[in-house]
Amino acid sequence: MNRPPQPIARGPFGVGRFEPVSFFCTGLTGAATFLILALLAVILGNLFWHGGAGFSPRFIFGSAERDMFDPARAGVGPMVFGTAARVILMTLFVLPVGVATAIYLTEYARSGAPFTRVIRSAVNNLAGVPSIVFGLFGLGFFISAVGGSLDGLLSPDNPKPVWGKPALIWASLTLAVMTLPVVIVATEESLRAIPPGLREASLALGATKLQTILRVVLPQALPGILTGGILAVSRAAGEVAPILFTGAAYYMASLPRALTDQFMDLAYHVFVLSTQAPDIEKSRPILYGTVVVLLLLTFALNVVAILIRTRVRRRLRQLG
Amino acid sequence: MAVSSPNLKVRAEVPAGASVAEAPELITIERLSLWYGTAPALRDISFGIRERLVTAFIGPSGCGKSTLLRCLNRMNDLIDGVRLTGQVRIAGQDIYAPAVDVIELRRRVGMVFQRSNPFPKSIYDNIAYALRLQGIRRKAELDEIVEKSLRAAALWDEVKDRLHASALGLSGGQQQRLCIARAIAVQPDILLMDEPASALDPIATARIEDLILDLKRDFTIVIVTHNMQQAARISDYTAFFYLGELIEYDTTTRIFTNPARKQTEDYVTGRFG
Repeated sequence: MNRPPQPIARGPFGVGRFEPVSFFCTGLTGAATFLILALLAVILGNLFWHGGAGFSPRFIFGSAERDMFDPARAGVGPMVFGTAARVILMTLFVLPVGVATAIYLTEYARSGAPFTRVIRSAVNNLAGVPSIVFGLFGLGFFISAVGGSLDGLLSPDNPKPVWGKPALIWASLTLAVMTLPVVIVATEESLRAIPPGLREASLALGATKLQTILRVVLPQALPGILTGGILAVSRAAGEVAPILFTGAAYYMASLPRALTDQFMDLAYHVFVLSTQAPDIEKSRPILYGTVVVLLLLTFALNVVAILIRTRVRRRLRQLG
Repeated sequence: MAVSSPNLKVRAEVPAGASVAEAPELITIERLSLWYGTAPALRDISFGIRERLVTAFIGPSGCGKSTLLRCLNRMNDLIDGVRLTGQVRIAGQDIYAPAVDVIELRRRVGMVFQRSNPFPKSIYDNIAYALRLQGIRRKAELDEIVEKSLRAAALWDEVKDRLHASALGLSGGQQQRLCIARAIAVQPDILLMDEPASALDPIATARIEDLILDLKRDFTIVIVTHNMQQAARISDYTAFFYLGELIEYDTTTRIFTNPARKQTEDYVTGRFG
C-alpha cells in the first residue's frame, strides 16, 4: 500500500475528439426544434398573408350582415364579443371550482387515501375526454336537465323555454367543465411548491387551517393559479365542439343581452364559413380574416392574464 | 463569544443552583408515548419543565427530542397516523383533553423552527400577522407591539428604517430573530425552539443564544439542540434522549459535569452520537 506519491500529470490537455454520435443527436434535436418553428411560421405566414388583405377595423368590429359571406359587407364584431364573453364567463366559473378542488386535494385530503386517489384519476380522465363529448354532455346535462328543470320551476306555464335552450351561460359552463383539469393540476402544483414551513409557522402562531390557507398559502399560489387560468383560456378560446350544441348561433341580428341568449362565435364562424358558404372562393378572405381575428383575440386574452400574473409576482417579491 | 453582550449582566443576576431548583413546574409530561403509525417514537416519558428557565433537549438524531417538542404545542396533530398515550399538562391542564382549544394552546405555546420561515411579507406584516388574526386592527396598537417584539428580539435597530421591506431580504440570522419576534408578539407563556441556530454562522448563533438568555426573564424556553456547547451555555436543565427514551434529566451543570448514567456521559463527552 505504501507507494510513493505519483507525480501529477502536467502538460496540454490535447485536442477534443470529434464524437459522431453526440454530433448526430445534437443535430436531431435541433432539427426537431426547427421543424416546430417552421410549421408555426408556415401556418401563421399563410394566415396573415391571406387574412391580412381586406383586414380593417370595420371587419373586426363591424356588425354581421345577413349576407355574412360577402367580403365587402362582412364584419365579425358580434363574434369577437361572443367569444370574449364565453371565455371570460368560463374563467369566472372554472377558477373558483378548480382552485377549491385543488385546495381540498392538497391541503385537506389525505394524500394516500383511496377517495383522494379516485378524485385524482377522475380529474386525469376528465382531461382525456374528447371535446365533442363535452358538447353533448352540456346539451344533455346543462340544457335538458338543469335548464329544463329551471324552466319547470320558474315558469311552468310558459311553453317557450327560457333556460332549457342553448345559451351563453351553458356554453361557458360546458367549457368550464372541460378546462377544469387544467386549472386543478396547475393550482395543485403551485400549492405543493409552497414550503411546508410557511404553513407550520402560521399554525404555530395560532392560526386556523382556513386562515392559513387564505392568508399564507393562497397569496403565494396566485401566480400558479393564474397560469392555470391562462392555459384554460388558451384551450377554450379555439374550441368549437363544446359550444356547438350549447350556445353558438349561426346568425343573430343583435348582440346577446342576457346569459340565456345565444351568441355568435369566432371559432364556430370559421366552421360556418368553411362549410356553409355558397361560394367558397368568394368568401375565402373572410374565412382567413376570421381565423386571424380569433388568433389575435386568444393572444390578447392571454396577454391580459400574463400581465396580471406579472403584477402579482412583482408584488409578492417586493412586499407580499 | 465574538459578540459583546449587554445581557451578560442579566445572566449574572440569576444565581445558579439553588434558585433553579426552586422554580415551579410549568409543564408536566407523564408517561407519554407516541407512535408514527406502528413505529414507536417516544417511550413512556415522564418529567417536568420548570417555569422561566431554559430546558434543553439533547440526543442523537432520531432520538425523539423534536417529536417531544412538537407534542408540547400539538404540532404533531398535523401528521397523519400519529398516536399518543399519556399526558402533557401545562399549568395543570391536560393539553390533549378533548375540550382543549388547540388554537388557544398554540397562542400560549409559541414555536421557532429549525429553518427560519418568515412569511413572504414585509417585516411589519410578519409580526402583525398573528395579531391581526386575533382581531387587533388599530394601527397604533399594532405599531407598538411590532416595535416591542422587535426590540425584545434584538432586531429593532437593524430594521427600524425598513419595516415595510420584505422579510426575505434579511440575513439568515436576522430572519431567525424575526421569527422569534413574531412568536413573542402574541405573548406566549412558553417558547419552543427546534434547533433555532443550527443553520446559522457562529456570530448569528451567539446573538440568538444571547437573546434566549434575555428572553428567559419573561418566557419558559424549551430548546432542542444538537450542539452540546450550546446546551451547556444557555440551559438550566438538560434532558438527554436516546431511541425515544428519556435517559437522564437534571440540571445542566449536573448533566455536563457529573451525569448519573454512563450513556449520558458518553454522549456529552462526544464518545458517541
